[in-house]
Amino acid sequence: MTTPTVKDTALAPAALALGDDALVLSHRLGEWAGNAPVLEEEVALANIALDLLGQARMLLSMVGDEDELAFLREERAFRNLQLVEQPNGDFAHTIARQLYFSVYQHLLHTQLADGDGPFAALAAKAVKETAYHRDHAEQWTLRLGDGTEVSHDRMQQAANALWRYTGEMFQPVEGLDIDWTALQTAWLEQIEDVLRRATLSVPEGPRTGAWSAGAGRQGLHTEPFGRMLAEMQHLHRSHPGASW
Amino acid sequence: MATAAAHETARSQPSGAPESADDSTAEFQRAFDAAVAADERIEPRDWMPDGYRATLIRQIAQHAHSEIIGMQPEANWITRAPSLRRKAILMAKVQDEAGHGLYLYSAAETLGTSRDELLDKLHSGRQKYSSIFNYPTLTWADVGAIGWLVDGAAITNQVPLCRCSYGPYARAMVRICKEESFHQRQGYELLLALSKGTPEQHEMAQDAVNRWWWPSLMMFGPPDDESQHSAQSMAWKIKRHSNDELRQRFVDICVPQAESLGLTLPDPDLKWNEERGHYDFGPIDWSEFWEVLKGNGPCNEQRLSRRRRAHEEGAWVREAAAAYAAKHTTGGPGRQSDVDGTTGAHHAANANGENVNGETGAKRA
Ligand SMILES: [Fe+2]
Ligand SMILES: [Fe+2]
Repeated sequence: MTTPTVKDTALAPAALALGDDALVLSHRLGEWAGNAPVLEEEVALANIALDLLGQARMLLSMVGDEDELAFLREERAFRNLQLVEQPNGDFAHTIARQLYFSVYQHLLHTQLADGDGPFAALAAKAVKETAYHRDHAEQWTLRLGDGTEVSHDRMQQAANALWRYTGEMFQPVEGLDIDWTALQTAWLEQIEDVLRRATLSVPEGPRTGAWSAGAGRQGLHTEPFGRMLAEMQHLHRSHPGASW
Repeated sequence: MATAAAHETARSQPSGAPESADDSTAEFQRAFDAAVAADERIEPRDWMPDGYRATLIRQIAQHAHSEIIGMQPEANWITRAPSLRRKAILMAKVQDEAGHGLYLYSAAETLGTSRDELLDKLHSGRQKYSSIFNYPTLTWADVGAIGWLVDGAAITNQVPLCRCSYGPYARAMVRICKEESFHQRQGYELLLALSKGTPEQHEMAQDAVNRWWWPSLMMFGPPDDESQHSAQSMAWKIKRHSNDELRQRFVDICVPQAESLGLTLPDPDLKWNEERGHYDFGPIDWSEFWEVLKGNGPCNEQRLSRRRRAHEEGAWVREAAAAYAAKHTTGGPGRQSDVDGTTGAHHAANANGENVNGETGAKRA
């Protein structure tokens, strides 16, 4: 088993953290193809997935071969948040995951784009895409939260279920010059505002798991992730060295 | 077109009551026939024979259904695409097909039906989709074979539809054909990479072409002497070429392309006929075609039940969107199509099918 080389160690932790977030969420959104509740959402979810895949490819290419990194790393070497690897669930779960992540990503990209670090140019481009992802998630949170009784309950359940994966987002990532405390405050404010407008309550309960070893950023993932990778990597790994 | 405006008054349906129904029908029929004969476009507000309308609805609906059912066999490989570049291409392709579905349902709606009604007919089996999508995608190479052969056959069928007498359909086809030709090239390029790759990859490509070749030829429909709808559709200029003509055109295009791919087509009778100026090809197994059409293909059940399931599982989402729109839109209950307000594509300009009939609306508003 060849282990992919990760070059330029100074950039690596951040490029892998951000790149894996985008790669994994894009993959999950790709699972919706052909299953969306309405045709317009086939287009919208694919758009978001494609944006994220584009970001992932740029980030992974900064530190190695994008395909080796995506297809040949073992589960423990992935640095994405546990949030983005969570299975799609129903449409409400997908939207809650989108809401939590896109608000985070938009704030992060805005800060990075304002700086002059190695990710500034990439973030400046991505921030426009992320703003659309955030609006999409927000609009659907409002529709589902303030739609019917059924949709309200489903949206509330989804918001609650994913809440425990949101604390990890504010763990400092080595190599990123970010005010993480301010980022978290802004995130909470925006999320609370959207949930309130959607007639939903802000989930209570902890925002991190009880495992002191850490979470996704430490390469510790949830059980569904291994199965996701098995599917994603199988074909590539079945033909070592082949090009596609 | 200078004459278009002149015909327009005669063809447009009057808003007031007609003096005598029979007289005005005959007059409208004459104006319609003249417009078709002059290769002018029939627009949604123009008078048209009931049969013309019904034929178009049937054909456009079947086409729209094929676009959305056709997403399934390819979406089957999105999560397993072997490189990130191929994954991006495939996701974008499947997205395009959803966009094609949107344009076509919009075009059908200009004829006085609705997307919901048409989806109902699809789900209950009263309307068909192209039988080609009842075959399974067994390996990654099938993604390439579909792009090269299935999108290729679709283009051969659809390019003449860009000149179809019904304006909204013709305009939708112009946009769709552009994208289908990307798909066809991408499929070809995928197969080329496999064909020139490892022996296993080459074999995978050959196997896929072997399985998709004959079903692709069947996409043009039954032979001319058995085709039910052809003659009338040709007269109405909905259809411009016969099934057999289009099939021959497709074969002629594919044979040299297969050679450059380094792959063979599974037909021992394929050979150039100097006299005809076309490739001869072997007999098509029409019994398979009719069986698949009847519902006995390898994936008929799977495709339709997955479509129904997605629709049923999405019902609460559509209901929520409608309820939300009703609460938050002033001046009346929300329409379900409000769903696409902010969710449509931002960079896939294809997303909303918005301009399929836009030209007409603007002209006559
Ligand atoms: Fe299409
Ligand atoms: Fe296509």
